[in-house]
Amino acid sequence: MYSFASPRVAPVVKDIAYFLAHVPGMVRYGSKPFREISKEPALLVKVLERLRSFEAAAAYPPHQAFIGNLYPDDLWHIETPWYRNPPSNGHRRGLFGEIMPEEEFYGVMKICDDFDLLLLEEGIVKEVALLLERHPLLSSQDIRRLGSGVPQSRIEEKVHEEKALPLYDQRNRLVGCLQRGHEEDQSLIPEVLIENLAARASGVMALRFMLHGLATVPQIEYLLGCGEEAVGDRYNRGGGSLSKAIGELCGCTAATGSDVKAFCCAPIHAIVLAGSLVAAGIFKNVVVVGGGSFAKLGMKFRGHLRHDMPILEDVLAAVAILVGRDDGVSPVIRLDSIGKHDVGSGSSQQAIIEKLVVEPLDRLGLKLAQVNKYATEMHNPEITEPAGSGNVPRTNYRTIGSFAVLRGEMERGDLDHFIKVHGMPGFSPTQGHIASAIPFLGHALTKIRAGQMANAMFLAKGSLFLGRMTQLSDGMSFLLERNSGDG
Amino acid sequence: MIVVLGSPDADSAEIYAETVTKGDPSYAGALAGIELGLPVYHITEPEIKEQVDPEVYQEQVGLMEIALEVDKIAAAMRKVRRLSS
Repeated sequence: MYSFASPRVAPVVKDIAYFLAHVPGMVRYGSKPFREISKEPALLVKVLERLRSFEAAAAYPPHQAFIGNLYPDDLWHIETPWYRNPPSNGHRRGLFGEIMPEEEFYGVMKICDDFDLLLLEEGIVKEVALLLERHPLLSSQDIRRLGSGVPQSRIEEKVHEEKALPLYDQRNRLVGCLQRGHEEDQSLIPEVLIENLAARASGVMALRFMLHGLATVPQIEYLLGCGEEAVGDRYNRGGGSLSKAIGELCGCTAATGSDVKAFCCAPIHAIVLAGSLVAAGIFKNVVVVGGGSFAKLGMKFRGHLRHDMPILEDVLAAVAILVGRDDGVSPVIRLDSIGKHDVGSGSSQQAIIEKLVVEPLDRLGLKLAQVNKYATEMHNPEITEPAGSGNVPRTNYRTIGSFAVLRGEMERGDLDHFIKVHGMPGFSPTQGHIASAIPFLGHALTKIRAGQMANAMFLAKGSLFLGRMTQLSDGMSFLLERNSGDG
Repeated sequence: MIVVLGSPDADSAEIYAETVTKGDPSYAGALAGIELGLPVYHITEPEIKEQVDPEVYQEQVGLMEIALEVDKIAAAMRKVRRLSS
């Protein structure tokens, strides 16, 4: 006879970590810069001139908010442009994660390179090994995986004779190359593999940071990837999974996993699925993990060049989230609050927000202003506005607030106040899925645990139409709330 | 032919309006330096609104009329049309 193994329990978010890799030398290979530089090679000089130092990227206020050294609302009080006004206390490590310099990240990529496709110059490997030996999240076994590197001449040979992808540092120095994974397979060319390798490496660092911060590391039983990379070979391009590849290097030996693909809203889908697996009693501890989006490096660089700004899309961002059984303390994922954008919902902005925000709150009997904070697409406006993409979070907050006006819960003149109280400035790198609501999750956990916040709503939208298979959009949301302690 | 924009603020509306009149001012796309000189309006401007079925308009755009700063957007659009005429 069929029976449940355990009674249903509430799922909670136990912890979260973020990781940023500052990768100025890789900006040239972001989709937009790569295409533009191929058409106009002289652009490369302009790009190189506008890259930031690691110190500038680390001190950048939105990055400090991302890793937990600033609360997003603190950005209201920092003069713009933020890239000219870094805080004096900008640190490499924060409450939720760290920002890593490029040379070290090349080393982490090599540690994650199981097929020896990444060749790093021997002098660089020596320098990187010395740096990584001191890193608290890397072991001697990791350092051994770095190997001893190869001579510069071998890298040049691979680049010129075998079409390996040359890899550079910020000073345009050739530091290595990435070889193709198969002679004829277009899914295993270096330009694809570097996206996947960067996603794996950044995901590994985020997950290690999260596990490292736990007082007791639980047995992880399932891993849900939520990145935007497409892993696979010619017979299953994009149909593969990165979650276990990340867990493999984080000691998750008792876990299996799969990836959730839903464009930018995949992390919210994955959190809801993770919560459901826990609530159903199938697994006790599920990790949601997403690596950085390599293709989005330098996406708006033309706008930044035009405004004589540094190229701000010079970081890869990753996240790892632990969802587990109710522990009486951690904030609860309200599974009765899930908002979802259905096939038949319509794709206008108001239709999407209605499905993701208004309907779930109606179900719970809450007014819009009873949600303390809304986390939506948290794109940093300093990145998007120079390229004509507007202030994305601000528009979302105005749309949410407008529903409160329409429903008679607020006056139109209070919209700006609503944004200040229930919204926040955008502070995330434009890393697609990573920017979608989850940058605030760490802050929400801290505030809710401290009793300074009762709840927060997380909503994300996905642009399904980008794949040219449907005109539809997508979206998913959930409410996170204080644990009553009696679960 | 006219171009109808749905940009969420005055700055981005102005950039896209310039793109289809004087050429892409951000030099981010294929219309950099190309003067199409097309008439361009925002979906919230009265000239466009009055041509749409009110029920459909309310369903698709009504909320955004409250959300967006429509006066600033309209002023930006008028400026671009004036400069390109």
